[in-house]
Amino acid sequence: MGKTKTPKAEAPLSDAASEAPSEGSTDKKNVASDRPLNLIGKPFRRVDGRAKVTGQTKFADDLHFPRTVHMKLVRSTVPHAEIVSIDTTEAAGMPGVLGFLTGDDMPNTFGILPVSQDEHALCVGKVRFVGDPVVAVAALTEDQAHEAALKVKVEYNDLTTIASVEQAASTPEPRIHDYGDTGNIHKQVSMSFGDLDAGFAEADEIFEDIYYFEGNTHLPMEQHASIAFTEDDGRVTIYSSTQTPHYLHRSLAKVLELPASRIRVIACPNGGGFGGKSDPFNHEICAAKMALKLGRPVKIALTREEVFYCHRGRHPVLMKTRTGFKKDGRMTAQHLQTALDGGAYGSYGVASTYYTGALQTVTYDLPKYRFDSIRAFTNKPPCGPKRGHGTPQPRAAFETHLDKAAHRLGIDPADIRLNNLVPPDSVTANYLKVGSIGLGDCIEAVVKGSGWRERYGKLPEGRGLGLACGSYLCGAGLPIYWNFMPQSGVQIKLDRSGGVAVFCGETEIGQGSDSVLAACVAEILGIDLQDIRLCVADTDLTPVDLGSYSSRVTLMVGNAAVQAAERAREIIAKAAGEKLDVPPSRLAFSEHRVFDIEDDERSMSFVEAVQAAEAKFGTLGTTGSYIPPRSPGRYRGAGVGPSPAYSYSAAVVEVEVDPQTGIYQVEHVWMAHDVGKCINPALVMGQIEGSVYMGLGEAMMEEQVFRRLPKKRSNALVHKHPSLLEYKSPTFHEMPPVTSYIIEDPDPNGPFGAKEVGQGPLLPMPPAVANAIFDAVGVRVDQVPIGPHHVLEALERKAKGKEGRVGPNKFPDYDFGVPLNVPTVAEGGDGKATNQETAGVRKGIGTMKDREEAVGKGGQ
Amino acid sequence: MSNTTTLTLRINDEDVTVAFPTHHTLLEVLREECRLTGTKHGCELGECGTCTVLVDGKPMLSCLVLAAEMDGHEIRTVEGMMIGNTLHPLQQAFADLGAAQCGYCTPGILMAAEALLEANPDPTREQIQEALAGNLCRCTGYIKILEAVEWAAATQRGEDTPPAKESIYGSPHAATKGE
Repeated sequence: MGKTKTPKAEAPLSDAASEAPSEGSTDKKNVASDRPLNLIGKPFRRVDGRAKVTGQTKFADDLHFPRTVHMKLVRSTVPHAEIVSIDTTEAAGMPGVLGFLTGDDMPNTFGILPVSQDEHALCVGKVRFVGDPVVAVAALTEDQAHEAALKVKVEYNDLTTIASVEQAASTPEPRIHDYGDTGNIHKQVSMSFGDLDAGFAEADEIFEDIYYFEGNTHLPMEQHASIAFTEDDGRVTIYSSTQTPHYLHRSLAKVLELPASRIRVIACPNGGGFGGKSDPFNHEICAAKMALKLGRPVKIALTREEVFYCHRGRHPVLMKTRTGFKKDGRMTAQHLQTALDGGAYGSYGVASTYYTGALQTVTYDLPKYRFDSIRAFTNKPPCGPKRGHGTPQPRAAFETHLDKAAHRLGIDPADIRLNNLVPPDSVTANYLKVGSIGLGDCIEAVVKGSGWRERYGKLPEGRGLGLACGSYLCGAGLPIYWNFMPQSGVQIKLDRSGGVAVFCGETEIGQGSDSVLAACVAEILGIDLQDIRLCVADTDLTPVDLGSYSSRVTLMVGNAAVQAAERAREIIAKAAGEKLDVPPSRLAFSEHRVFDIEDDERSMSFVEAVQAAEAKFGTLGTTGSYIPPRSPGRYRGAGVGPSPAYSYSAAVVEVEVDPQTGIYQVEHVWMAHDVGKCINPALVMGQIEGSVYMGLGEAMMEEQVFRRLPKKRSNALVHKHPSLLEYKSPTFHEMPPVTSYIIEDPDPNGPFGAKEVGQGPLLPMPPAVANAIFDAVGVRVDQVPIGPHHVLEALERKAKGKEGRVGPNKFPDYDFGVPLNVPTVAEGGDGKATNQETAGVRKGIGTMKDREEAVGKGGQ
Repeated sequence: MSNTTTLTLRINDEDVTVAFPTHHTLLEVLREECRLTGTKHGCELGECGTCTVLVDGKPMLSCLVLAAEMDGHEIRTVEGMMIGNTLHPLQQAFADLGAAQCGYCTPGILMAAEALLEANPDPTREQIQEALAGNLCRCTGYIKILEAVEWAAATQRGEDTPPAKESIYGSPHAATKGE
């Protein structure tokens, strides 16, 4: 990659940076984007690139400390049962065994969401899925810990197993948890934005479709690992493969009953996360507890099978979409219903539930919108957030629904989308504030690139094109637990060496967050990436960043870094200006120099300028913070969906289908993504291609599914294929050529205008594949993944004169409770519900008090 | 519980004498006894390719090989790839193109790619796909890896053919401004 050439001219330094944490677009943080950019927008080697290709990156399991011992978890072999007894007598006599932990050692519950504190580090009283950890055993070697774990005897009293949402709804007893909206329904949501009946009355046509999205899992190549030990002063430290060290820190404090200041969490670089390492996990808490018990380092590395059972992946979701259309394709109203199979614990599930409805409104204008949802507890590994968190499922339902509507109305699928685009700087029916929207450009790019206008509907039988779009958050507007503190913080230390140390709680999971952080600082100070030292993801040393989830890092860390760097620049400029006899506002920072923009002979090196500042002001350091702008929604549940900005994507997929076998190949993908502004195009391309890949995997083959063991055994629900061989994911052979288009529609809320790219481009993939199969052979597979047998079955049905479709036909008549009524802005609404007091009450079950206790404050 | 084997292994052109439980795999001995943690594990069942090392120049899954069988064999790991303090052309290309994202599958893929280029200095894209098909990567979608191997192969052949501009900046489109 060529050396970047840095232009000399720069605009004057702006006024003093605000002292308050930057909030949304009201701050001056984007002054940086008014100057010519040296580094931002150009390809550069990621700052951790050398470490990763030499094997020097230390993942959690690569760490070793003297006297390290090894821990294994004894996991439940039954899906739902009371624990009758635990006997460790025989195991305790095994060679090398050092100690055990059971649920009694850690009675406090934990969980990622304040409203779902439903996990124990080790099960207390009952187990809820095959894989639920019951006992932890430590031994000198991993082999010894494994052998001892096999000798631990746990006696169970089996309870009825709940295997599906329908079964959960019809089987209130026994309850998997003693909290939740009712019986085995964890969460029910119903919200109506605007006069839905009036919206449907305006429609010329009303279409209804039912769609099923199977669950799938993250499958990071690195299995989760942790190593914990007590420091020389007795405090406990844990290194872990976690995307969210801050939330792990909080959970550890709660379960270990220690002040958080006595616990240190360091997130190692993650060997892939995709959302799968976003929860605080049992094994992490057990490692810390065992280290405190034994007084020596304790390591646990999960097996691949355990990773499948830890899960927290994509929820299986059944959906019904009903939409009113005018003849010209404009939409008048939509009613979406979703049912989520949550698995055995809450995890992020309450948020996931809302997310299956929240982002339907940010791509195409939906003047009236109603969303109903339930999430059930089932005796399977807990579901949670996977790349796109709760939104790929309804997106797939919507984009296939729209494709069908376009055909029924005789409108080109590209045009029906282009004619319905949400305008920029608008507020949606559910009170999401949309800023920049590059979706129109995205659609135009893939339509042109794929030759859509010339080829769609005209290719030979068996060959087809499909189009779909998507949108995603650039960070959630609200933190997971209610507080008024920054969501991201950065500290900068400068010293006379000219080196710049940057401290931030952000966590590198492969997406390039370290590079974004370093680039934002280097850009503003006019120095090289090599001059920057990062210290990240260490709760002792770094200011809090909430973690690598919800595509929040580039926007939030980036803004905090820009603010901290602007403040550092201001201090240096004051001192340098004095030395050079130039007003600080006339100084530019570039190529390691500080110079007068009117006379670049009057200059000094960056190092000299830092020394001048250190002499004038003493020890140098600055901070930056970021808090997202407040969202206009004021109704209960309005906390899920708001974001400082939304990214947009559009894809065209070309497939070749063999009608004899149903086997299909994806021949080519055209993907356009509106990233606002590239921090580093090479990394943006990598995220686009990675998202296309993962979306294709979900579309074509990936599924986290379960089977029952025979009755004469345990009748347990076990994972159908908890191995990398049998859980099918695309290899080098399945990955088609991808033509990517980077659309840059800078968003005023993003650092330098940047938006997210890590998750958004996944969303269009499953529906684009489904739509392409329809174009190729004229059948609809309304479920994901789409196997060759589904295509073949649909073709056979069509040949017999039946509907050429495979997919669910029925959405059960679930009770979603009384809807929250929120008038839209167009109706004069102010973001509040008109019936906040009575909404949500189930027909005949539950009271407001029960509900408040279950929902907690803030609906988060 | 287990017998111990003591053996002098030849790793990255150096003799290393180690004692290890006889049933332990080469992967375990490399990581635990030799502290060569550049070699990673993804399944320990021979399914993901993450633990690929070279044995006598051929890619091998170190999780399926007993260390005790390695007497007299030449083992190569990612730690042996740099030339002095200089990155190997494959490492260079992977780092610059972003072919390593999380970097966890990277050492195994680098090993498999090195073996390929040793045997075939000018592979076609299909030959690269075939050679690397046993290595899973969840981050990159494989595209940057293919481009990086092609770039490194060209570099090793003495050709200066960096990847196409589109693979770094995306393809041009109507809304492209400037570059």
